[in-house]
Amino acid sequence: MKRDSSLHLHIPHARFRPGDTADFSYLSLPRAGQSPCPPSDAQASATRDLADGLVRVIGDDGGAVGPWDPKLDPGLALKGLRAMLLTRIFDDRMFKAQRQGKTPFYLKCTGEEAVAVAQALALRPDDMCFPTYRQQGLLIARDWPILDMMCQIYLNPKDRLKGRQLPVLYSARQAGFFSLAGNLGTQFPQAVGWAMASAYKRDTKIAAAWIGEGASAEGDFHQAMVFAAVYRAPVILNLVNNQWAISSSQGVAGGEEASFASRAVGFGFPGIRVDGNDFLAVYAVTRWAAERARNNHGPTLIELFTYRAGAHSTSDDPGRYRPGDEYQHWPLGDPIERFKAHLIRIGAWDEARHQALVAEIETQVDAANREAQGLGVHSNGPHHDPATMFEDIYKEMPQHLKEQRAEMQRLRVLAGRAPS
Amino acid sequence: MTSMNMVQALNSALDVMLERDANVLVFGEDVGFFGGVFRVTEGLQQRHGEQRVFDAPIAEGGQIAVAIGMGAYGLRPVVECQFADYIYPAFDQLVSAAARLRYRSAGEFNAPLTVRSPYGGGIFGGQTHSQSPEGLFTHVCGLKTIIPSNPYDAKGLLISAIEDDDPVLFFEPKRLYTGPFGGHHDRPLETWAKHPAGEVPAGYYTVPLGQASITRSGGDLTILAYGTMVHVALTAAAETGVDAEVIDLRTLWPLDTDAIIASVGKTGRCLIIHEATRTGGYGAELSALVQERCFYHLEAPIERVAGWDTPYPCEFEWDYFPGPLRVGDAIRRLMAA
Repeated sequence: MKRDSSLHLHIPHARFRPGDTADFSYLSLPRAGQSPCPPSDAQASATRDLADGLVRVIGDDGGAVGPWDPKLDPGLALKGLRAMLLTRIFDDRMFKAQRQGKTPFYLKCTGEEAVAVAQALALRPDDMCFPTYRQQGLLIARDWPILDMMCQIYLNPKDRLKGRQLPVLYSARQAGFFSLAGNLGTQFPQAVGWAMASAYKRDTKIAAAWIGEGASAEGDFHQAMVFAAVYRAPVILNLVNNQWAISSSQGVAGGEEASFASRAVGFGFPGIRVDGNDFLAVYAVTRWAAERARNNHGPTLIELFTYRAGAHSTSDDPGRYRPGDEYQHWPLGDPIERFKAHLIRIGAWDEARHQALVAEIETQVDAANREAQGLGVHSNGPHHDPATMFEDIYKEMPQHLKEQRAEMQRLRVLAGRAPS
Repeated sequence: MTSMNMVQALNSALDVMLERDANVLVFGEDVGFFGGVFRVTEGLQQRHGEQRVFDAPIAEGGQIAVAIGMGAYGLRPVVECQFADYIYPAFDQLVSAAARLRYRSAGEFNAPLTVRSPYGGGIFGGQTHSQSPEGLFTHVCGLKTIIPSNPYDAKGLLISAIEDDDPVLFFEPKRLYTGPFGGHHDRPLETWAKHPAGEVPAGYYTVPLGQASITRSGGDLTILAYGTMVHVALTAAAETGVDAEVIDLRTLWPLDTDAIIASVGKTGRCLIIHEATRTGGYGAELSALVQERCFYHLEAPIERVAGWDTPYPCEFEWDYFPGPLRVGDAIRRLMAA
């Protein structure tokens, strides 16, 4: 053992910063098909290697191999490909709208589309999702209208959330999509409570929650793990490790010495790390966890190992904190390109059809965007009546809020901002 | 009617609601098999089963987060936070989630949870078992805050809280669990047995939120109080011989402003008392309200008597607690003005 004469404080460092050449060869990446697939009622200890490993199905040649191959129905596969493409094109269009000033904020999930889309398809439509702001693919995979999402982003009169929420903090109860929180991590233990309620009512629905590796340092993550383990809640706990929490590397969140998935084994339930850019692997692992939960065997922690290809949001410039071309060196590639190559390889898809699909989706997004912008945008309205800000604080509006609303209206009339 | 102390009345409220509504669940530290450290949940697990009344890990943030998720599903969870002093780990879940869920989802989701928590001083609990943190929560729009002062109100208010579709904090003055307490710690303990408010119906009834109670009518001075301090106000009023009107607010939010305005409009003098520390406390909000709405009726400056702005000191409890000596002193000063 090396001995030191005095103590020193360890500060984790990102491996690569601007000016460096990223080299991910230090990552130990098993080949596709190598991870064993235990039965879905396995004990936590049986998943120890899975928690430190990486479940992969799509091989370098595009073939699907190994015991985790979900043998996906071709129709569902194409639905998944379409939802991933729609998510990416939607993201690009909304990013541009922010740059044009039509919305104050946007946040893309580029490079992570397989996470939400494959997981949505592995769940039942009425299973309840408690996402973060980077799982817009859940709504898209569940066929939620993108027009509705755009109206929230533009904060126009058709925004069901009445202009209250930061763009992208959706809520869509009908789609099984819980109101998004800007306070990261709060949804994680709430999902456990929802799952406990479902179990108490002898329902068949399960819950799924998402958290980023950065926010997994919050107490909420650990409380969710404890409660999920203690009550064997029918919940899937997903930790999306996209390597970056704004400018902080995953080492700052505790990923330097252990995988995030391995935390689950200590709590007494399975942890599985999966190649988050491998659509089939994400689908298979999620389906495994869903089957486990639905049969009363309790929770699973899934670490989705991926890479945040874009900025955190429209408010940061990643060139300030990581190499501009780091994503080009990411060894797990792009989820859409990999899945497309797989579908072509098995003869279910071809380049011509792909180009036609991209063109069709671009037309769809442009049409919805024109319609949404016609209904109003952040920069020049119209918007909801500001008086609606006093609604929904309590079920019934208390007197003091009625008075404050009247006071605001009086001043708006005085200022010529509202008709008398 | 049955004679009940506040613990029994609260137990009865939970029992009634567990019986009436299959969506009501009760959980928290030690509330299951053991029946709670203050015995409020005694026998409930045996009667209603461990699916409905159960122990929770010692993680207040987790307990309340889980209750929010249950509420989103459609249940009406009642969480016991073992001491109000332990509620701070749940602050983010209460402020950012429970209080905002209806607003941020434009009514798609709500959090109809009730958080019960033993509260306040007078039991030599030191600074980690005596605090009065209500002012941290009355500042948060979207929450409701209740502090009962007697068994009858405690039961009726708790049932209202459980049935309410908004998140409710229900602080239980633990010094009042077994009897009224007028603030003289050196006198024999009283019980609820001979107190009119210790007569509690065995079945279902409610006390509505947002309605204060005039505990003592008077013409010369209005005392605004809640929880244990209602009884201190009564003691001080009797000892000074001043014709004071004592208003028990019962629910801090929603607040019965009409009752306050009517009383101060009549008496022209207002004393506000609470156990919580003074600076930035709920009394400051009450004082501002009275100044804004009753200024032309006031014949003396509004006074506040509150806990000193220190942590709650164990050995010096009776120098800290705003008892009849301090309240009486303020009454005399107000009447001399």
